[in-house]
Amino acid sequence: MPRPHYQSKLLSLTASALLLFTLASCSDHQNNVRLGNLSGTLHWGNSTEPQSLDPHIATGVPEHHIISALMEGLIHKDGETLEPRPGVAKSWDISEDGRVYTFYLRENARWSNGDPHNAHDYVWSWWRALQPALGNLYAYMYFPIENAKAYYEGEISDFDQVGVKAIDDFTLQVRLANPTPYFLQLLDHYSLFPVHRATVEKFGTADQRGTRWTYEGNMVGNGAFQLKEWKINRRITVERNPYYWGADNVGLNQVVFYPTENVATEERMFRAGQLHYSGVPSDKIATYREANNPALRIQPYLGIYFYRFNLATPQLQDKRVRRALAMTINRNQLVTQILKGGQIPAYAITPPGTMGYYPESDLKFDPQAARQLMAEAGYPNGEGFPTTEILYNTSEGHRKIAVAIQQMWKKYLNIDVTLLNQEWKVFLDTVSNRHYKMARAGWIGDYVDPNNFLDMFLCNGGNNRTGWCNPEYDRLILDAAPTAKSHAERLTIFAQAEKMLLADMPVIPIYVYTSNNLVHPSVKNFGRNILNQANYREMYLEPDAQGELQQ
Amino acid sequence: MIRFAINRLLQAIPVLLVVISMTFLLVHSAPGGPFSADKAVPPEVARALEAQYQLDQPLWQQYISYLGDVITGDFGPSFKYPGRTVNELIAAGFPVTAELALYAMLVALVIGIGAGVVAAMRPNTMQDYIPMSAAMLGICMPSFLLGPILVLIFGIHLEWLPISGWGDIPGDKILPAITLGTGYAAYIARLSRGGMLEVLSQDYIRTARAKGLSESLIITKHALRGGLIPVVAFLGPAFAGLLGGSFVVETIFQIPGLGRFYVASAFNRDYTMILGMTIFFATLIILFNLLSDLLALQLNPKLRQQARGDH
Amino acid sequence: MKASSQSTEQHSSLWLDAWLKLRKNRLALFGFAVLIILCVVSLLTPWIAPYGYEQQDLMLGATPPSLEHWLGTDIFGRDMLTRIMYGGRVSLMVGFIATAVALVIGILWGAIAGFVGGRVDALMMRIVDILYALPFMIFIVLLMVVFGRNILLLFVAIGAVEWLTMARIVRGQVMALRKQEFIEAAYSMGLSQWAIIRRHIIPNTLGPVIVYTTLTIPSVMLLEAFLSFLGLGIQPPQSSWGLLINYGVETMEEYPWLLIFPGVTLSLTLFALNFLGDGLRDALDPRAAKD
Repeated sequence: MPRPHYQSKLLSLTASALLLFTLASCSDHQNNVRLGNLSGTLHWGNSTEPQSLDPHIATGVPEHHIISALMEGLIHKDGETLEPRPGVAKSWDISEDGRVYTFYLRENARWSNGDPHNAHDYVWSWWRALQPALGNLYAYMYFPIENAKAYYEGEISDFDQVGVKAIDDFTLQVRLANPTPYFLQLLDHYSLFPVHRATVEKFGTADQRGTRWTYEGNMVGNGAFQLKEWKINRRITVERNPYYWGADNVGLNQVVFYPTENVATEERMFRAGQLHYSGVPSDKIATYREANNPALRIQPYLGIYFYRFNLATPQLQDKRVRRALAMTINRNQLVTQILKGGQIPAYAITPPGTMGYYPESDLKFDPQAARQLMAEAGYPNGEGFPTTEILYNTSEGHRKIAVAIQQMWKKYLNIDVTLLNQEWKVFLDTVSNRHYKMARAGWIGDYVDPNNFLDMFLCNGGNNRTGWCNPEYDRLILDAAPTAKSHAERLTIFAQAEKMLLADMPVIPIYVYTSNNLVHPSVKNFGRNILNQANYREMYLEPDAQGELQQ
Repeated sequence: MIRFAINRLLQAIPVLLVVISMTFLLVHSAPGGPFSADKAVPPEVARALEAQYQLDQPLWQQYISYLGDVITGDFGPSFKYPGRTVNELIAAGFPVTAELALYAMLVALVIGIGAGVVAAMRPNTMQDYIPMSAAMLGICMPSFLLGPILVLIFGIHLEWLPISGWGDIPGDKILPAITLGTGYAAYIARLSRGGMLEVLSQDYIRTARAKGLSESLIITKHALRGGLIPVVAFLGPAFAGLLGGSFVVETIFQIPGLGRFYVASAFNRDYTMILGMTIFFATLIILFNLLSDLLALQLNPKLRQQARGDH
Repeated sequence: MKASSQSTEQHSSLWLDAWLKLRKNRLALFGFAVLIILCVVSLLTPWIAPYGYEQQDLMLGATPPSLEHWLGTDIFGRDMLTRIMYGGRVSLMVGFIATAVALVIGILWGAIAGFVGGRVDALMMRIVDILYALPFMIFIVLLMVVFGRNILLLFVAIGAVEWLTMARIVRGQVMALRKQEFIEAAYSMGLSQWAIIRRHIIPNTLGPVIVYTTLTIPSVMLLEAFLSFLGLGIQPPQSSWGLLINYGVETMEEYPWLLIFPGVTLSLTLFALNFLGDGLRDALDPRAAKD
């Protein structure tokens, strides 16, 4: 009998499938990393699609990375030490009383379309950033400047009264309301970057939110790179800006940012050689550490993980209860056994080492003293303490910590807490409306100075959300610290304020963040700093002779 | 036929209206708004933003103005991505999702029909059991399980295939299409086996065999047409399922399609984006269902009669 | 009366026939056995599980199978066997309840439409057609996001999606039955509508309904697993097999047992239910090849 027709069909199908696979396998020993090293293209895993690349609208770390490649401020921070280095300003003077900064701009500063870049750009840009219709969530970064706050809030309407002036084309003078030691750092924050007036006005009015001026083909910036393509949800490519004043020293030709949206996917891409840089899911950190994989970079990050108390909750109103709760969290155990990412236990709200500031704290892990406190507060051995709820936004990481703390409080204080998780937006709502009892929180510093952390808890602080208010604390932060005569005096004032905060414990500091990333060894001059800021203008790629990375 | 098609299209209008209204209500009753953020939003800024996006108007007013926009095809600006319109975002993501669904459907049809037909040839023998068990496995293995496993084997250990992107690196469409299509391949295999079995037991097939026609001719010329009717009927729901399944596959393989975008928009409370995509998907599904029903009518004369009778 | 006893005889021999056919299908029997075992284990779980449900040992972390923990532990130090048993309860519960919701709505809808016929039928089926066209995954995502991840809502949402096909099947059956001769005979014998429904329509519809139900349960369970992947399904501390698999996928390489055991369990259950459904279909209606 002749071979049935369908059998031969099946055979040919199988054959073509095999052929397909072979073809596919042949094409791929050219992965992004290898090719990128040869062409100077850095492939960067960038978590999410940026909401906007307009520096006066954007918020968020992925946006920050891209903006920092496309634009530059008067100064930029050194990649390792975070000290101010000349950016668009080649030098600056600070007056004796610390209130007047005079910046001397480079005369060869240019925008990426060749236009000259000078002090007038700054005056206009900062005016634009303070227009209320723009919805700039970082407007408060401008408030150290004289009258900036008043202007923003509509108390004065003449921008000329705000303390920024272009003395001439290349000299910019800024007057501050008070001497502000961290002011130079603020200049490197993207909300104080200049924008190209002609481009912005071409696509709408200056204060129109969300015009097309930042899109592919339109955007003009003053940074080391310029926007080459922006494929929504796929990638953003930036290429070197030939007009940049320091173009000769820029080591990379291109950077490609991928909105991976999922850190597990990103890590797999890294392993497959498609990215030079990616995040690491927390469960995998231990594996990389044990293998001593050189790609793993763990470094302290200027951020703190803490729990807020809603002081309107009856059982949490006694500060002895709050201190007791804080004292029965075994932070060492949390950090070594559960987090495993090199995090540091926190006993104060400001991360230690912030600009030389080491807060003193009498908080420590002391279950016995804690039990004593609870008894004094009327809950001997936890009796009578109502079940309280810990709220956190949905994430396995937060859950692990909450579960651990739940167990610790049960074990040491014999009290019951329940856990509730909410989706991010709902969580934000609940916390800002103060409908919680205890809630997980985190705070990342925008600049390296204790003020950034301590001013959260001012009576009217928008980020306070606990109901704690201490006028003396406010006075220290708002009046005393800014008018301190020296850095040391300032730090002393901060230490005093922090002590006050910790004595009342409206929040429980838990640990200091670390940033955990995977960086391919071929990336040089990566720059490790406490703000996890990437310095694309200084990086370069060296084809790695050793090649492959094991998992 | 044409009357049937027009009829169905007209019916689609109230459907879409219901869809829009339901979605609008749902979306606006969700707690948490598009502009809440971790750092406190100053009240003036919040007010300015809400005014700009008309969120400060009463709900019914927003509804009416939204409907008006939709009729002209304008889905409005995205809340989350200032400066981007929903139309633009859908236009960016849809071709990708469509291509993914198409390839997955191809994979599903080729493997599924092939396996089903082969199995139906010799029912209850190894030739039947093996493909059908494999099909069962395919059904029971969800894509979020299959995907990472394939990634691990073919992407990371063997380094044969790329594991992310779409159209960036040659071969990066293979794994996602397979992952998404496998479940449907399995289902189609079962359907076609069933359909073929039913057809093959008919009298006219026996007659054809008695006449001496070759097996392959019998199958392709006579049996396939009737045997694949259940498959064709399944195409509509399959398409809807593929769109839904793309959410997961797009996340695993970092594919810049609409599915991934949809889930993110829901979480971000990007109202206009959610509404726009829902309407878009609903329209697509209605169209696709219509197409597959038309195809079924073509293939099955009995249904044609029914259609003429009922309408 | 003669007519009714005749039909009862017809009736019982149909079931007997089905049972005999089913017995011969070994895969279906296997499926049936698995289902029974699962149900029993799930019911008895609170008493027979080796560890407490929430019992965890954070210091222990994830450990591979051992004498104390037959299936290993997860990252919280919880016993996997216990987790899988409790997860099974939830998964099966979601499966059964959501299917039950679909069943009730679908049967009622389809039976009424099929039995009453005419304009009412046309309207009801038009609504079904309309709903069929909707992008359900999208609605479910939206529902879950809007209303929070309430397990009750999950059942309702899933049930609301699955009832459509049930309605169609039931209506189809009922319409076909209505036209059959023995129904007309029953009418002419003076049996009330209700009696007809009870004694003739329902038993004959039961077949496809049972088959479809058995096949809906696994697809509901899969749907729940999908929702868990997106973060919208069952919420911790409760677990379902879908959730367990999702956790396992993330740590697939470090702790493979976290994926293998729930994965195998879910797959096995789905396998079993599908084979059972197939077998039932073959047994109850040998010519039916539709889904």
